[in-house]
Amino acid sequence: MKTHVFDAVIIGAGGAGLMTALYASRGANVAVISKLYPTRSHTGTAQGGIGAALGNVEEDHWEWHAYDTVKGSDYLADQDAVDVLCKEAIDTVVELEHMGLPFDRLPNGRISQRRFGGHTNNETGKPVMRACHAADRTGHMILQTLYQQCIKNRVNFFDEYHVIDLIRVDDTIRGVVAYELATGEMHVFHSKAVHFATGGWGRCWEVTSNAHSLTGDGTAICLRNGVPLEDMEFFQFHPTGIFKLGILITEGVRGEGGILVNGQGERFMERYAPTIKDLASRDVVSRAIFMEVQAGRGINGQNYVHLDVRPETVNKYNELAGDPRRIDRAYIESKLPDIADFTRTYLGIDPVEEPMPVQPTAHYAMGGIPTDVDGRVLIGAGDRVLNGLYAAGECACVSVHGANRLGTNSLVDLVVFGRRSGRHMAEYCREAELLPLPTGTGEALQTEFNRLRHGTGSIKPFELRNKMQKTMTDNVGVFRTEETMTKAIEDLRQLRHDYNTRMHIDDKGQRYNTDLLEAWELGCLLELAEVTAVSARARKESRGGHAREDFPERNDDDWLKHTLCARNEDGSYSLDYKPVVLGRYEPKKRVY
Amino acid sequence: MQATLRIRRFNPETDKKPWWGEYTLENVHRTDTVLDLLHRIKWEQDGTLTLRRSCAHGVCGSDAMRINGANALACKTLVSRLGVKGNEIKIQVEPILGLPVEKDLIVDMEPFFDHYRAVLPYFITDQPVPADGRERLQSQVDRERFDDTTKCILCAACTSSCPSFWADDRYIGPAAIVQAHRFVFDSRDEGMNERLDVLADTFGVWKCRTIFNCTNACPRDIQVTEAIAEVKQAITSGKV
Repeated sequence: MKTHVFDAVIIGAGGAGLMTALYASRGANVAVISKLYPTRSHTGTAQGGIGAALGNVEEDHWEWHAYDTVKGSDYLADQDAVDVLCKEAIDTVVELEHMGLPFDRLPNGRISQRRFGGHTNNETGKPVMRACHAADRTGHMILQTLYQQCIKNRVNFFDEYHVIDLIRVDDTIRGVVAYELATGEMHVFHSKAVHFATGGWGRCWEVTSNAHSLTGDGTAICLRNGVPLEDMEFFQFHPTGIFKLGILITEGVRGEGGILVNGQGERFMERYAPTIKDLASRDVVSRAIFMEVQAGRGINGQNYVHLDVRPETVNKYNELAGDPRRIDRAYIESKLPDIADFTRTYLGIDPVEEPMPVQPTAHYAMGGIPTDVDGRVLIGAGDRVLNGLYAAGECACVSVHGANRLGTNSLVDLVVFGRRSGRHMAEYCREAELLPLPTGTGEALQTEFNRLRHGTGSIKPFELRNKMQKTMTDNVGVFRTEETMTKAIEDLRQLRHDYNTRMHIDDKGQRYNTDLLEAWELGCLLELAEVTAVSARARKESRGGHAREDFPERNDDDWLKHTLCARNEDGSYSLDYKPVVLGRYEPKKRVY
Repeated sequence: MQATLRIRRFNPETDKKPWWGEYTLENVHRTDTVLDLLHRIKWEQDGTLTLRRSCAHGVCGSDAMRINGANALACKTLVSRLGVKGNEIKIQVEPILGLPVEKDLIVDMEPFFDHYRAVLPYFITDQPVPADGRERLQSQVDRERFDDTTKCILCAACTSSCPSFWADDRYIGPAAIVQAHRFVFDSRDEGMNERLDVLADTFGVWKCRTIFNCTNACPRDIQVTEAIAEVKQAITSGKV
């Protein structure tokens, strides 16, 4: 086993990992370890924009952004953290521009902003233009810009190294164990601090906007190393995934005036959200689509609806609303070029001519590794800080998204908390000592990898993965009940048993053994799926992305609290809870 | 329909030289992507088949490969566009050319990223940020000037389709020039001279013979050859 020594290692090279690296590398010797080439990270697929109350187009305030975020979270977000998010959003977006990020511009040369779901003028309740964007590839531009800056600042990268374990001794952090894809060698990264920025786990579900690589590795590693995970029952289903494929169609389509239409030609969101209609929060819109389909009002009776951004449709509704804006083909081609490319490529549909078939798609984990606003990982209901361990981005739970994340806020989260945790980690490394590696480091993982490589069972990993995705989609989807979740938990226990005892893979080699790594990733997904189902079954209310048919109302008296799910020695899970940090905004009924 | 895939295989641990593997799949749909089919082979038939992929919708740039002789992203290439005959389709898949094959469809990307890094692919300016703490201003026209080259996802489809690059891998290649273009034509950037020095070198833009393979290969529809021509012009004229 090769050993490398750094002050700090950052796992994952998406927006959060790269922003952390830029800041941490100013004061510490840092390595970024990524299982992909950094520019392949999923931040690059974010489309519509990054929210910040710049007020470039119309009046806006960070406090309005904060209120929208808290309301969007169904009051489960911690309001002190939300203040940090929305206040620092302004500064970080400006900083990205200073790094060269090519935002779209207004006629006066300032950063262009557009409407997005749940972002409002708090006085009128009407949508506000807050999403700063670079066409419909804002995430691509953020990822490229941050990677460029890392090159400029000579950040150390270990590309295609797959981190598979954390080295924790009691309450100290000693580094990580990684598997080098090219050679099959195990490496130890010995460090004072470790930062996880490994993204989400949408691959637990059948229809998802998430990349194949989004398997929740960092979150699962923390869980296995004694970190209880927060609010795992809250997983966002984005309302507009391409039918069957799950590829995301940005909310920016509705921000530019697009509307949702059911099989009867009705703009049904007028019934569910009379004030902001199609721009209601994602959980609200996904449930509305689900209910329209259940009522037989899908397109041709099938389980999808139409997203219509044809200029004649948009202009008709703008006229009805007294909005002077009119759009045409050129406008759509310039503001939504990638969306047009996706629908032309995968559906043969030109969105200027035809509506797009859409259905909810598993999109974003609100829950994850609990952290404070400096990215420090917190253990248990007492919020005990585990010194030297950090997390940021989708894998983490600060919590700024609570029970439902607002569109654009994932990108805000990456840069704001990436920056803060990078700064904090550099400080920490100045003071902290490099503690010795324990004997036997990496041996357990070596054993597990040998088991996976040489398994002789009759089942292949994809069979288990398909079954997991099916049970999660059927039973822990947009709507859940006690009965469906119990079924999911039973299925997942069986699958985990099969994973441990009856599986085999084909590739026994050392070099580029993606068969082996996919099998290991499946282990992460299976655990996170079960934690999700266990956390969800216990929460007997409906809130944000967690909608129960058997408990349809939010229940603040009993459930205004964060879930914590820990893994026990025997592989079972136990639950605990901690209070939500309230503030300026008293919980009230959510109406859009 | 039935699909037959002929895939170039090579595992340096077991093979002395590359070979062709043939795989048959039933129940293939016109809307399936080549990545879908490769996944079915890997998952259902032969787990040793090795490729890179991630986002599966043409944005991350992992799965550039040579499909029926032309470079493309596997996840963006639908069966329907590969010449279905009756109820059958034949597809040939190889790794991209010009970079060393590591295993099956995986090539060594390091030489590619070395060229990328050589053009100083980051924002350079000595101008202080605005005193009001806000963004720099840029006109819509100035922003539009380099829009096309901001779309690059570094998939290497262009560079590995270029005969000049095949002939001499010291040529910096279209992708690196596209990246340089993105900054050279950005009104806020001041690193033009340093970049043009690199690009005017023996293995810079003048190795381009205007063959247009790069433009045809680009999965993001970037006008690569045009961007290269603009960089050539900037070098000759000394201005943008």
